[in-house]
Amino acid sequence: MSARANILGKLRNSLAGTTARPDEFDEQLVTAPWRYAPEDRIARLRSLMEAVHTEVHQCRSDNWPERVAELLNKRNLNNLLCAPGKEYGRELRAHFEATEQTVDLLAYDQPVEAWKEELFWNVEASLTSTLGGIAATGTLVLWPDRHEPRLMSLVPPVHIALLKASEIHDNLYDMMVAQNWAAGLPTNVLLVSGPSKTADIEQVLAYGAHGPRELIVLVLEDV
Amino acid sequence: MSQRIPVTELTPDFRGRAKEALADGQLRHNFRVAMDSLMTKRANAFPDVDEREGLRELGNRIKAGALSRLPDLLEQLEQKLTENGVKVHWAETVEEANSLVHGIIEARKGRQVVKGKSMVSEEMEMNDYLAERGVECLESDMGEYIVQLDNEKPSHIIMPAIHKNARQVSKLFHDKLGEPETEDVNQLIQIGRRTLRRKFMEADVGVSGVNFAIAETGTLLLVENEGNGRMSTTAPPVHIAVTGIEKVVPNLRDVVPLVSLLTRSALGQPITTYVNLISGPRKPDELDGPEEVHLVLLDNGRTGAFADAQMRQTLNCIRCGACMNHCPVYTRVGGHTYGEVYPGPIGKIITPHMAGLNKVPDHPSASSLCGACGEVCPVKIPIPELLQRLRQENVKDPKQPQQVKGGGAKFSRTERWIWRGWRMLNARPGLYRSFLWAATRFRALAPKKVGPWTKNHSAPVPARRSLHDLAARHLDRNGGRPS
Repeated sequence: MSARANILGKLRNSLAGTTARPDEFDEQLVTAPWRYAPEDRIARLRSLMEAVHTEVHQCRSDNWPERVAELLNKRNLNNLLCAPGKEYGRELRAHFEATEQTVDLLAYDQPVEAWKEELFWNVEASLTSTLGGIAATGTLVLWPDRHEPRLMSLVPPVHIALLKASEIHDNLYDMMVAQNWAAGLPTNVLLVSGPSKTADIEQVLAYGAHGPRELIVLVLEDV
Repeated sequence: MSQRIPVTELTPDFRGRAKEALADGQLRHNFRVAMDSLMTKRANAFPDVDEREGLRELGNRIKAGALSRLPDLLEQLEQKLTENGVKVHWAETVEEANSLVHGIIEARKGRQVVKGKSMVSEEMEMNDYLAERGVECLESDMGEYIVQLDNEKPSHIIMPAIHKNARQVSKLFHDKLGEPETEDVNQLIQIGRRTLRRKFMEADVGVSGVNFAIAETGTLLLVENEGNGRMSTTAPPVHIAVTGIEKVVPNLRDVVPLVSLLTRSALGQPITTYVNLISGPRKPDELDGPEEVHLVLLDNGRTGAFADAQMRQTLNCIRCGACMNHCPVYTRVGGHTYGEVYPGPIGKIITPHMAGLNKVPDHPSASSLCGACGEVCPVKIPIPELLQRLRQENVKDPKQPQQVKGGGAKFSRTERWIWRGWRMLNARPGLYRSFLWAATRFRALAPKKVGPWTKNHSAPVPARRSLHDLAARHLDRNGGRPS
């Protein structure tokens, strides 16, 4: 007998004569306490994210590349990993070229094995888009893909994320239902709610454990 | 690599270790401070009692519902994961699980493993197993890393190094890594970051646990704050997740209340920094992520707990640690005193199914039954009730068939006879009256030493007259009226 057959056999044996409990999920319990007026969503997300050391800036959807340049220059960063294959990546490149920025724009355009050493030690910051945000918990939702691979939001010490104000949902349940996540998830979905942190020594909070030390969110409002 | 010194096994029994822990002022201070803070954080995370209770009830129903059709869900999970390209393995024992994990590593000729936090891998003692076979298995959670560096085991399931303070960590980093001493926690964490970053990059295989396995979508969900879980599951070319068979939930939406309950109960956070949902290895058009993802489903006694409808509730556990944070016994004796992987109240009810009740006979009694653990449990496991049940199983006649592995270890014929005598005494009025008469008249002869009781208390002495006598005399004086 295989381990699988033994385990399932024992479980079935123990359940003999019983009926499965009905599905008693109550969506009210996970939505009603977490509803916000549309104009309050940004403030809610902002206050929660700032409480865990996230820098949040509200910008217009037509001037955010300027803000990115400012943020990088202020920190004296030399390079930024972004996705030139995406619309925002092209906008950023156009702005950086037009304003003659000295920051190198890097692309994640080869398998990680080909440039792991460089990714881990030389990339100073990254910029990614997000699928949306969650007001209830102050959370960004990332669906990594070919243009924005999984490690892009994890390895560089500074992560800048673009969040469209119109894509901030009240709570996680609403978001996964509205976008029908259950029908098919990508290989990796990430909920990110701040820079990497730990409280493993004496419960003293320290940022920059293994992931980004800094998380910067640009909330883009339509012009 | 790590030659673990079994510090916690030097004193073989719970009582002895408890005595040592109670005499360790530093340890007691570290735990007291930490548990007070965790209790406050949890309370602040649930400001609305109705919301909290509604969510706990929902959490309980989801887990109980999942267990009521566990074999079907496991098959659904396996099917979905397989469709997604994840390889699913089953193990009845920790030996089987270790051998499966080692086999996967061998097939890739792996030599270096980085591990995200996983209590199931602690059950397996995977680090030791792999080390004996020439594979370095490095813990990457800061707390676990500190504990591993000091050849210790975790003392708390969420905060593995909570028994240490910054000074102790500083000394450890100085001795083992040659780093200059500093009590600045930020600097200590940066030492850990630097050391482990190279390991993430070089590792051949990443190992992690699983917080929830979602049958509907074939997804493994992991929560964490540090990013080491994401590193371990994303950077190396192979990811092996190890988990107990009870972690499966039916639907994706079920994780909404469960994650909220978990992070708020454990750390008082509305959500952890990262919630990582893994539904498959790297696809052909993707540029990173592991090429292989494996899931090892471990039994290790869980089917034994499952066999008993009452004990089955133990498997509701989502490993938040709130029960230990609120336990007056755990706070005083610390995690190592329990001598097992899972300390505190949840440890006391889960360990018997894994190791056998005869291995931990003192655990069910190491409780004042104050009920705090049951009150804070986010999935409403009636821990005090299960502790009482285990106390009964502990004293069952070993010749009878046992319902819990290793039951009957505390069976005592003398105790049995004493109880039998006590029952007879109370069931026969004549005998009872004679006993009362004798006990009050010859009270001076009462024993001065009655077992462990008199180690810390004065011996009980019967009263001069029984309550029965006093009441009868009172009624006589009042002509039969009560007052």
